[in-house]
Amino acid sequence: MDHTDEKDYGEYPTLSISSGLYKTGLTKKFKERKNWSVPNPKKIYAIIPGTILDVYVKPGHSVKKGETLLILEAMKMQNQITMPFDGKIKKVYVQPDEVIKKLHLMIEIQ
Amino acid sequence: MSLKRNIQELRERKIEVQKGGGDKAIEKQAAMGKLTARERILAILDENSFHEYDMFVSHLARDFNMEKKILHGDGVITGTGTIHGSPICIYAQDFTVAGGSLGLMHARKITKIMDHALKMRVPLIGINDSGGARIQEGVNSLAGYGEIFFRNTLASGVIPQLSVILGPCAGGAVYSPALTDFVFVVENISKMFITGPSVIKTVLGEEISMEELGGARVHCETAGNAHFYAKNEQECFDQIKKLIELIPRSNTEKAKRVETKEPRKEYNIEEIVPENARLPYDIKDVIRSIADDSEFFEIMELYAPNIVIGFGRLDGQTCGFVANQPKYLAGVLDCDSSDKAARFIRYCDSFNIPIITLEDMPGYLPGVDQEHMGVIRHGAKILYAYSEATVPKITVIIRKAYGGGYIAMNSRHLRADFVFAWPTAEIAVMGPEGAANIVFRKEIQEASNPEAMRKQKIEEYKEKFANPFVAAAQGYIDEVIEPTETRSMLLHALSVAENKSVSMPRKKHGIPPF
Repeated sequence: MDHTDEKDYGEYPTLSISSGLYKTGLTKKFKERKNWSVPNPKKIYAIIPGTILDVYVKPGHSVKKGETLLILEAMKMQNQITMPFDGKIKKVYVQPDEVIKKLHLMIEIQ
Repeated sequence: MSLKRNIQELRERKIEVQKGGGDKAIEKQAAMGKLTARERILAILDENSFHEYDMFVSHLARDFNMEKKILHGDGVITGTGTIHGSPICIYAQDFTVAGGSLGLMHARKITKIMDHALKMRVPLIGINDSGGARIQEGVNSLAGYGEIFFRNTLASGVIPQLSVILGPCAGGAVYSPALTDFVFVVENISKMFITGPSVIKTVLGEEISMEELGGARVHCETAGNAHFYAKNEQECFDQIKKLIELIPRSNTEKAKRVETKEPRKEYNIEEIVPENARLPYDIKDVIRSIADDSEFFEIMELYAPNIVIGFGRLDGQTCGFVANQPKYLAGVLDCDSSDKAARFIRYCDSFNIPIITLEDMPGYLPGVDQEHMGVIRHGAKILYAYSEATVPKITVIIRKAYGGGYIAMNSRHLRADFVFAWPTAEIAVMGPEGAANIVFRKEIQEASNPEAMRKQKIEEYKEKFANPFVAAAQGYIDEVIEPTETRSMLLHALSVAENKSVSMPRKKHGIPPF
């Protein structure tokens, strides 16, 4: 028994592979894949989903590399999120007790 | 007189146990659209073939008032029976008894039937429908899971192990199915996950339904944990019976040979594949045009559909087909399709099933996501699996066989026993477009009309290299055949390979790129 969604093959889209262009169907996983973009070191994202316990900085604060910016509790661990380099805080996007998802923007540095 | 009374008592006890969790619990099970454990076993096995073991086993829990509770069969039914007359060991968790929760004696019943299956060299079918560990039994239930996982691993590659998910299968329990050969799931009934939706919501704030998180479709299409998708339990049972018919009972046997049947007329091999190598077609039609009675039993239909795997028969003998599918992603190899094919190749090799490879693919899928997901390591699995396999290995190159993909798809260099190519085959380091751009870069750049020059050079390259004859001249291809000769060449090759014997270097085990 056929369980694919695609019953009617109809017109196929074109897929470019280094060896040429092909008329072929695309899979759901391929269509929904995320395109890669250059990471911006000035934006600090949550690498794991969790809860913000405390935020130690405010916009305008000058912070040295290695100082703790906030505590993100995730997987039963209080993770210290630290400053990646010397700089000034531009904006804080989270507050204590907030539950955030993975890749949520937490802090922006000037 | 006393004997009669004893017999009467035995019968009454049996009837009592067969009630499982009682009428109310059975009603609840039915309301969820599920059959009971006993109904499932009887539906899968041949009529009147089931013999139950350990019916009167009862739990030993003494904490939390458990000593007062009667749990019939301790929530699992085990035994032996037959499918198409062939012996099977089977167990089914009974959700009507304490939610099918796994305690020490429940686990012991399962491990006993597993040991039996391994010793007798017969397939094992496990039906999962359980709320998980029986918390009142504490660490004993964890021990039970561990004993099951260990046996799954021991039996792997010795006897076929089938897992059927017909209800929840959550937390650590999921690792038994994951260790077995084939996992069957049913729409709206199967639920498999490590962490359920409620925990995910409280801990992570992500809201998702059970079906979206770990339902049948997700495991078949996205996660790749399940191999067979069915709309209802009956369809699932039919799939199990069909599979058991096609595979051998153990690694010391070959699959049962049946009478051969010519493919059906409606699959005309000459009309399936478009001449233009950039146009798609359904590779399954090619398989059906070759296989006995045009029957093809596909595995993992919904996952990584750019490669097709499954069983079909040739001359009455079960073969494993591995075929690129130009209908999806031009049939490229990528992380998922490599995983899918590699595991299947190892299955066939373990169980003495010859492997037929049908090749038509432009190489590996380009992209940052693929590289970052480790396509190098995943792609290597196919090379490893083919190289290591010692069953008869036959390749038919239909159209494109480019670059690393050509090597990976059971090439002569990985010790294919036979490599055939259609006259439409293009065996080259890359496609004509890519190759011409590199080889004739200077000429194209310096031409007064670069586009016209590029076209001319691509044509030149095609003429010279996009054919099977360069490879045939090196002996990498055994024969260039007409499409209509494919089946007869495969039958011939299989008959020659009947007694194939190769020896591999002695080792404890290899280190495949898991």
